Amino acid sequence: MATQHSRSAARIMMAPAVILLLGWMLVPLIMTLLFSFKKYLPMRGGDLGWVGFENYVRFVSSSAFWPSVSATLIVVGGVLAITIFFGVLLAILLNQPMWGQGVVRILVIAPFFVMPTVSALVWKNMFMDPTNGLFAHLWRFFGADPVSWLSEASLPSIVLIVSWQWLPFATLILLTAIQSLDSEQLEAAEMDGAPPLKRFAYITLPHLSRAITIVLLIQTIFLLAIFAEIFVTTGGAFGTRTLTYLIFQRVLESQNVGLGSAGGVYAIILANIVAIFLMRIVGKNLDA
Amino acid sequence: MARAVTNNRKIINTAAAWAVGLLIFFPILWTILTSFKTEATAIADPPVFLAFDWTLENYTAVMERSNYAKFLWNSIIIAGGSTILGIIIAVPAAWSMAFVPSKRTKDILLWMLSTKMLPAVGVLYPIYLICIQLGILDSRVALVIILMLMNLPIIVWMLYTYFKEIPGEILEAARMDGASLKEEILYVLTPMAIPGIASTLLLNFILAWNEAFWTLNLTAANAAPLTAFIASYSSPEGLFFAKLSAASTMAIAPILILGWFSQKQLVSGLTFGAVK
Amino acid sequence: MGQIKLNQVTKSFGEVQVIPPLDLTIEDGEFTVFVGPSGCGKSTLLRLIAGLEDITSGHIDIDGMDATNVPPAKRGLAMVFQSYALYPHMSVRKNIAFPMKMAGIDEAEQKRRIEAAAKALNLTDYLDRRPGQLSGGQRQRVAIGRAIVREPSAFLFDEPLSNLDAALRVGMRLEISELHKRLATTMIYVTHDQVEAMTMADKIVVLRAGFIEQVGSPLDLYHNPRNESVAGFIGSPKMNLIKGAEAQKHGVATIGIRPEHTDVSMSEGLWKGTVGVAEHLGSDTFIHVHNTGLDTGPGDMVTVRITGDIQAKHGDEIYLTPQLDKLHKFDAQGLRVD
Repeated sequence: MATQHSRSAARIMMAPAVILLLGWMLVPLIMTLLFSFKKYLPMRGGDLGWVGFENYVRFVSSSAFWPSVSATLIVVGGVLAITIFFGVLLAILLNQPMWGQGVVRILVIAPFFVMPTVSALVWKNMFMDPTNGLFAHLWRFFGADPVSWLSEASLPSIVLIVSWQWLPFATLILLTAIQSLDSEQLEAAEMDGAPPLKRFAYITLPHLSRAITIVLLIQTIFLLAIFAEIFVTTGGAFGTRTLTYLIFQRVLESQNVGLGSAGGVYAIILANIVAIFLMRIVGKNLDA
Repeated sequence: MARAVTNNRKIINTAAAWAVGLLIFFPILWTILTSFKTEATAIADPPVFLAFDWTLENYTAVMERSNYAKFLWNSIIIAGGSTILGIIIAVPAAWSMAFVPSKRTKDILLWMLSTKMLPAVGVLYPIYLICIQLGILDSRVALVIILMLMNLPIIVWMLYTYFKEIPGEILEAARMDGASLKEEILYVLTPMAIPGIASTLLLNFILAWNEAFWTLNLTAANAAPLTAFIASYSSPEGLFFAKLSAASTMAIAPILILGWFSQKQLVSGLTFGAVK
Repeated sequence: MGQIKLNQVTKSFGEVQVIPPLDLTIEDGEFTVFVGPSGCGKSTLLRLIAGLEDITSGHIDIDGMDATNVPPAKRGLAMVFQSYALYPHMSVRKNIAFPMKMAGIDEAEQKRRIEAAAKALNLTDYLDRRPGQLSGGQRQRVAIGRAIVREPSAFLFDEPLSNLDAALRVGMRLEISELHKRLATTMIYVTHDQVEAMTMADKIVVLRAGFIEQVGSPLDLYHNPRNESVAGFIGSPKMNLIKGAEAQKHGVATIGIRPEHTDVSMSEGLWKGTVGVAEHLGSDTFIHVHNTGLDTGPGDMVTVRITGDIQAKHGDEIYLTPQLDKLHKFDAQGLRVD
């Protein structure tokens, strides 16, 4: 509801953001699409002409493809399961009356502010190093042989590092959702004779379902793209090559742009499938 | 309404929460502690917590080995520049969407958000190529622009969410009172939205500061920010725990402090207001 | 100065026409109230006059000048919003000064007008506070102050009292009426509350679904409602509308009788019923009478009003006699029959 004048002003004021984002989206996307149908080796002859769907076929049929899909699924799935499960527990714990709630909340949130390269390096060296890491000390203290985490249990180690980074996000959002729960609802359920576990199952959890979905979707988008954590720990070795990392290697390490671009198109399609679900939820919320 | 809780229960809650909180915070705490140890103490078995000779030698060593100030400056310019540029572009757009909504507003907002979901790796080479063509590879300008574009959807969304909370009647009152569009935004909307704008600024500064895909792949010697500074310690020669800790502490300290101030705003920002 | 004239004004939102072609003249110095149920288009009409919405066709003249395409600020009108719309980050003084600052009025004159307005509105002690520190009534007065200092040719009020509690509402009603008497400036006032309309207006415009149902003075509307819906809307408690056999006796489709125009007796009368709820207000008693055998629609209830007190309790038999000279008659289309 507005006048003609304000509507045309609105269009003008929106233009810069829209045009910039349109360019940011379309230009690279079109280039990636073009490259994906070409044999393109910048260091070995450059643009070697059109090859149709060859890159797409080669990317999928390479021996690295399926392991990278499974690595991606394990990392994303593992981190989501851990952060949401512990996120709910932590959110409930932090919502209880206690002394120093503010300080505890800050402690819990802190990992979110640590840049991914730092957290990966700190975990890799100071905790997971097989000779001098804290875990090695701890294992020896109990008489066990230290584990070389990042080669013997590489994927669980990556999952642990990434979960540590994302647990604060899940906790914070779930905590906010819990706090928005009308306490009268819980009191009404208590008056109706529902014991604590049932109150949790029938009132708190359904109330959280929306927040959980949002955590799930937002994290999925970020987790599909994790890069630095692998780059500085294993460099993609020991079965930690995710789809993102595989594409990165194809493009920058082996300088096969055509093949990498085809992989990029797969990744874009994958991300869009997740995105569609997120959009539905956010879009619904816009109406409310 | 909150009820009185027995003290026993409160003690148990407090103990449990603090234990979990410290456990989660421990890696950061350990890093900070280690940064003040000598290399020998840093790898001592059993580990030493507080009873060691505190030293600043690691910090001096790190400063000597690399030009920390330059990385820091790059981080500040890149994170700050991309955020401020993003806000300048986003404020008018968010005003339009919040106060002059049309049938397409929702679609535009969702579309903007969808650009955020484009996996960076999918467009890495084109961006790389464009940067080479324009001669801005390994320059701060390139990263300011790229990170601005990357975070622009979040900035627009956050501002939109905050602006939506401001009643349209107040802006109409300003219009009736004779304010032009510019005056309406400058004297009425912006002052009222200061808290929202501040938290948008803070959160996006943090996101840009910690961004570690473009900053690692598009920089070398000139424009490398702290993410790259710390990544250089992943090579074997960097395997000195105390120095690594000192470097890590120097990389995260500014943002940890900033982040603590903005933690409340994180939620509304990162969920696009979908969780209140 | 402040005559406002609407010529064949229409407003559509997309396909939906919310204001069909409408003509209305508001004379200079008149206190005009737009009243009607929610969704009747009264607020939209006010916003069209203010210029906050474009009209779809037709034109608006203010003081004889075509103002159809004039932006809101240049129309010389001031508006008081339902939510008061005060600027929360400015002190009361700065809120009141804002329109003058925008108009580029010099500081000394600004100061003079602020002080005059503050004095008139009892705000002198609050000039340096923020709106957040004020009560609802005080905020309302600041909003009025901000309107006054512009010395507009007309004031527009959009349901200004609906956020106040009942007691304050009565007080502010009086203040606004007094303000109008003092300034003698045109005022257009939108409300859904017919009591506000009756007590404040020189002229009431009753709207329904964007149409003007009737324009007239409060008593004109009370005594000669043009149709059933105006009859039902003006007056409290509502007029009883009776159809069926009883209306046939008078040769019309519907008859209407106001609660205060019905004589009540416990022993004899024209209509017999039983007492439902009796509301004792002290000065008056409202009795809701059931089982009258009259066709009063789904509620099966006739409301009567008695001055003073009466001993009537739930279930008592009661007799009602309408004052025939106060009877309103309507035809099958709901239009008044004289």
